[in-house]
Amino acid sequence: MATPSSALDTTQPTTVPVPVVSLKGLLPYWIFAGIVLMLAIYFVGAEEGATSMISGMGVHEFVHDARHLLGFPCH
Amino acid sequence: MMRTLLVRGMLVGVVAGLLAFLWAHFVGEPPVRAAIGVEEATAAKEAAAAGTKVAEEAPLVSRDTQETWGLGTGVIIFSVAIGGFLAMVFAIVYGRVSKLRARATVAAICGLGFLAISLVPLTKYPANPPAVGSGDTISERTEWFFVLIVIALFAVVAAVRLGKQLSERWGAANATFAAGLLFVVLIAVAHLALPNENEVKAGFPPQILWDFRLANLGTQAILWASLAFGFGIAAEHAIEGKPAWWRRDAADKSSAATTT
Repeated sequence: MATPSSALDTTQPTTVPVPVVSLKGLLPYWIFAGIVLMLAIYFVGAEEGATSMISGMGVHEFVHDARHLLGFPCH
Repeated sequence: MMRTLLVRGMLVGVVAGLLAFLWAHFVGEPPVRAAIGVEEATAAKEAAAAGTKVAEEAPLVSRDTQETWGLGTGVIIFSVAIGGFLAMVFAIVYGRVSKLRARATVAAICGLGFLAISLVPLTKYPANPPAVGSGDTISERTEWFFVLIVIALFAVVAAVRLGKQLSERWGAANATFAAGLLFVVLIAVAHLALPNENEVKAGFPPQILWDFRLANLGTQAILWASLAFGFGIAAEHAIEGKPAWWRRDAADKSSAATTT
C-alpha cells in the first residue's frame, strides 16, 4: 500500500462508515418526530389554505409571505 | 446518537432558516410588494370603471408583520422541520447505502432533497406571488403540489437503488448517469400524467413573476445549502464523538482534570 495516493491519505480516517443507529432504534423517532415535523410543515405550508384544522385565518395571514416565498400554493 | 443527530439537525435548521429568511426578506419581498401593487391597481381600475370604491378591509395581520416576523417564523419552522428530517434520513442512509463519509452523505441527501422537494415542484407548479391565483383551485393545486413532491421522493429512492445495483457491473460513472436518466424519465411521466395549473392572469407583468420565482428558488437553495454545510459538520462531529461546541469548554476542562 506504499502508493503515493495512500501516503497522502494518512490524515483521513481509513475506516469504512458503519451505521450509527439501528433501524429498530430509529422507528420511534420516525414516528414521533416525523408526525411533529410534518405538522410543522403543514402549518407553514397548507393550513387555512387548501384545508383547515383551526378556524380563522390568523395562521395563514401570519406565515403568508413565507408560504409564498417557499413556493407553496397559497391562494 | 439519534437524539444528538436530531437536536443538531433542528438547531442547524434554525440557522439555515435565518439565512434563508434574510434572502427572502431582502430579495423576495420587493417582487411580492410589486405584485400586491399590481393587484391593488387592477382592483382600483375595475372599481372606477364600475363607478364604485374599493372596499378597504382591515388586514388581519399587517403587511409589516407579514414581511418580517411572519416570514421569519414560517421560513424558520419549515427549515427546522427539514433539518429534523435530514437528521433522520441521515441516520438511515449513513453506512448503509454508500461508503460516503458523514459530510459527503449529508451533502448528497441535501442535494437530492433540494431536487425532489424544491426543484421538481417548481418545474410543474411554480410558486406564484400574491395577487396571482384563484381561491377556487387552491385545494387541488395544493394536493397536486404535494403529490408531485411524493413522486419525486420515490423517484430519488428508485434512482439511488438502481445506481447502487448497476455500479458493481457498470462502474460508478455509468451507473450514476443511468440513475439520473431513470429519475428524469420518472419525473417526465409525472409531468405528463398530472394536471396542468396556470393561475397567472393575462397582463400580469412577467418581470415581477420572474423576479419572484427566482427569489423563491434562491430561498430554497440557501436553506438546503446551509443545512448541507452546517449539518455536515455537526453529523461528522457527532459520529467522531466530539461534544457539541457549547459543551466543548467543559469537556476540555474535565478531560484535562482526568489526565492530570
